[in-house]
Amino acid sequence: MIVQAILFYIFATVAVASGVLVVSARNPVHSVLFLILAFFNAAGLFILIGAEFLAMILVIVYVGAVAVLFLFVVMMLDIDFLQLRSGFVQYLPIGTLVGLILLAELILVIGGWAVSPSIPSQASALAATGGVALTNTRALGDILYTRYLFAFQVAGLILLVAMVGAIVLTLRRRADVRRQSIAAQLARRRAETVEVVKVPLGAGSD
Amino acid sequence: MLIGLPHYLTVAAILFTLGVFGIFLNRKNVIIMLMSIELMLLAVSINFVAFSVFLNNLVGQAFAMFVLTVAAAEAAIGLAILVVYFRNRGTIRVEDINMMKG
Repeated sequence: MIVQAILFYIFATVAVASGVLVVSARNPVHSVLFLILAFFNAAGLFILIGAEFLAMILVIVYVGAVAVLFLFVVMMLDIDFLQLRSGFVQYLPIGTLVGLILLAELILVIGGWAVSPSIPSQASALAATGGVALTNTRALGDILYTRYLFAFQVAGLILLVAMVGAIVLTLRRRADVRRQSIAAQLARRRAETVEVVKVPLGAGSD
Repeated sequence: MLIGLPHYLTVAAILFTLGVFGIFLNRKNVIIMLMSIELMLLAVSINFVAFSVFLNNLVGQAFAMFVLTVAAAEAAIGLAILVVYFRNRGTIRVEDINMMKG
């Protein structure tokens, strides 16, 4: 139990610290890297709490896809990031004020709130499954593919639409590049391209 | 020393606040704003998972997965819009994004 507590505090501290660095790093590339660190530590928290499947999904989806996407875009765009930081100090007081108020409210809500004792405990939840301890992945699949099947399908659709949208947005046809058009080449007929001209003697042809 | 629900909720609250703080702080940089939104969504999913585990209800984890899905879609579309905007205007400063006079 003490090891769990120590691990929790390590993960939580590093996650929060990297969160601070995400918003305050001078270089956006460093911001993305700290975002990856925050996701890794959140995955550690998930494993600690017993949600292994989501932890792995977090690492695969966020670190493997989203963060790399961010990294690509940050490195691809040729932007003067120092100029973008010019209002940093100007916005610091209002940001700190809003953040502190929000944090205080959230902490107050959490502090004045407790789980009702009528919630079934871990043991009774285990009894509901017939005494067989399901793995986290198995249990999640059981619920996701039965009760939330339609929501799951809609999630897939959202990803499809996002993929199509991203491709449609970023694909461009450049007018200044001449490309081979095989269809146009194959569709050529002799009649449209070759012309037989009767040239009168001594007149020439244009 | 037992780690309970309030501990996880506090971490999530701090991360969420950092996300809001980041949006205020980086008012000119759209990329960092998107990253702050990702941070806030991460805090939300930590909340979902913590409640799901401590209330013995797996629905929270299912919805945390949906939050992850939406976050991935949002990041992809947001960054695509950003790339197109940069290609057209050569800048991503937030105060320059005013073509629609909104």
